[in-house]
Amino acid sequence: MDVLILQLFNGISVSSILLLIALGLAITFGLMKVINMAHGELIMIGAYAAYMMQNLFQSYMPESAFNWYFVVAIPFSFAIAFVIGLLLETVLIRFLYGRPLDSLLATWGVGLMLQQLARTIFGAPNVGVTSPTWLDGGMTILGDVVLPYKRLFIIALVAVVLAAMYLYINRSHAGRRMRAVMQNREMAACLGISTRRVDAVTFAIGSGIAGIAGCALTLIGPIGPSLGTYYIVDAFMVVVLGGVGKLVGTVFGALGIGLSNTLFEYWTTASLGKVLVFLCIVAFLQWKPSGLIAMRTRSLD
Amino acid sequence: MLHKLLRLPQGKWMLALYAVAAIALFCAPLYLSDFRLNLLAKFLAYAIVALGLDLIWGYTGILSLGHGVFFGLGGYAMAMYLKLTASGGRLPDFMEWSGLTALPWFWKPFNSFAFTVLAGILVPALLALILGYFTFRNRIKGVYFTILTQALVIITTTLFIGQQAYTGGTNGVTGYTKLFGYSIASPGTKTVLYLVTVAFLIAAFVLCRVLVKSRFGKVLRAINDGENRVRFIGYNPATYQMIAFSVSAGLAGLAGMLFVLHVGIISPSMMGIVPSIEMVLWVAIGGRGTLVGAALGAILLNSAKSVFSETYPDAWLFFMGALFVIVVVFLPKGAAGLFTQLKWFKRKEAGHEGADSVRYPAV
Repeated sequence: MDVLILQLFNGISVSSILLLIALGLAITFGLMKVINMAHGELIMIGAYAAYMMQNLFQSYMPESAFNWYFVVAIPFSFAIAFVIGLLLETVLIRFLYGRPLDSLLATWGVGLMLQQLARTIFGAPNVGVTSPTWLDGGMTILGDVVLPYKRLFIIALVAVVLAAMYLYINRSHAGRRMRAVMQNREMAACLGISTRRVDAVTFAIGSGIAGIAGCALTLIGPIGPSLGTYYIVDAFMVVVLGGVGKLVGTVFGALGIGLSNTLFEYWTTASLGKVLVFLCIVAFLQWKPSGLIAMRTRSLD
Repeated sequence: MLHKLLRLPQGKWMLALYAVAAIALFCAPLYLSDFRLNLLAKFLAYAIVALGLDLIWGYTGILSLGHGVFFGLGGYAMAMYLKLTASGGRLPDFMEWSGLTALPWFWKPFNSFAFTVLAGILVPALLALILGYFTFRNRIKGVYFTILTQALVIITTTLFIGQQAYTGGTNGVTGYTKLFGYSIASPGTKTVLYLVTVAFLIAAFVLCRVLVKSRFGKVLRAINDGENRVRFIGYNPATYQMIAFSVSAGLAGLAGMLFVLHVGIISPSMMGIVPSIEMVLWVAIGGRGTLVGAALGAILLNSAKSVFSETYPDAWLFFMGALFVIVVVFLPKGAAGLFTQLKWFKRKEAGHEGADSVRYPAV
């Protein structure tokens, strides 16, 4: 029973990390149809932003304030990744709308350059980020099952980001404009929406969320220039499995992959578990080729 | 004078050009040092991958980021054969280290060279066929297919690293020197292996050429232009996509086998995400949709890499990243497309636009 609960918790924890990474993709890939392979590098940038914030606090702030660096780091990571995403969109991505495979290759190139840049600035070895002390330890339930606070914090963070995104997309004016442009670009432009600005901001928000994901990843382990590459393919699988265009699909996609990954790895070995998950995804796509939750459309590309 | 020459049917000139290129390749042992010859042999093996990749991407419009796996499977097949001969009836060394006592069943057939060659081509082709069957039939295509192929790369490398006892883990399969009793490191054998590679490259080129010029190739290009229209006409695109993908994977497997003979090692890092996407870059640089362009792209980019990456390893990564961006944004048809682009500009300047500049809106 204890083992089961622990595995379940681990599964949810893995899912929450996958979800946080995939949420940014759900916007850039799901809504804008841009395959942003540099998403992993935006995560890396977010992680290094948190690292820089930690160093800043260590150097210039009283020691008692250090614990609060993480609270500042989250918006800081978001802001940095947001700005870089905005830059990326203006310089490159806007020439690639409607050419998803080309956007994949070009952003892969951008990712390579960003990785190399990080290697030049921060050095190739991984760096560690000290977590704030209030995240040490864990909550004990049922006698001897310990749920680490860090993992719980990430789950809570994902919930907050998810709620904020839902409110932004479905309840705000900017979100309404965004949906209008993604659903019918010409008509939205006719109604006076600046599609250029909406594109840029949408992409930048997707990037910003990647920054938050990077910030959260610093809680789990050391960070390095190739941090993003470990997660990027899994995150794309989440979006493919969940179906594009709806957030709820992404949530279930992440839960599906995260939980099954943990379970299979527990039952078999780490490498076999991954194979089984992949087979399950392919099998699932036989049944629902466009993912769990598909946008209904009658258009034929 | 030039005008007269250009009026001749293009085919004859191209044929002559191909013949010159083939002769130059076959004569390379005469004017290249052993070291350079070995490098060129490796690049020619890569060119075979590029041909196959062009078939599926340039002509059919399906981007596969999984060709590293097919390449690697071919490579592992050949490496298994070489390893078994090198071990001479005993267990390969890495199996002993991992505590295996008997040869695993799937290693046994690799004692036969004929089986190895067949497996090196057919196993990747079959894997591609299976993956294609489960994706193309359900109209999973475009980026979804691409992401699935990338996931295939991840799980295959994880599996090969994880199953150390059977695959040699991170180190891969290495430590063999002899093929049919001849040392694969000696200059004489290397020259022969080089010539074999040239022959296979030419054969692969002819095969792809025949395929794309045939009715089959026309359907492939039609699928690229408008898959649904092809379906409405009464073709089943999935069948064509599956065959093209499978042939392409088989070629990659063949290239992998040749690669192992030239390099003497195969490891999971040679079939990972980065090599797979580099393969795509070769085709993109050379020019997708032209077979010569793809092959040349593989050879040129790898030559550039071997020159630059040794002297400036950091700058090379920047350069490669920039190359991805530049090719996609400015040269969507690659270097081979540059000529057509220039031609088109000239014609535009001359004042009479070519028929190819007239574009009809889709649907």
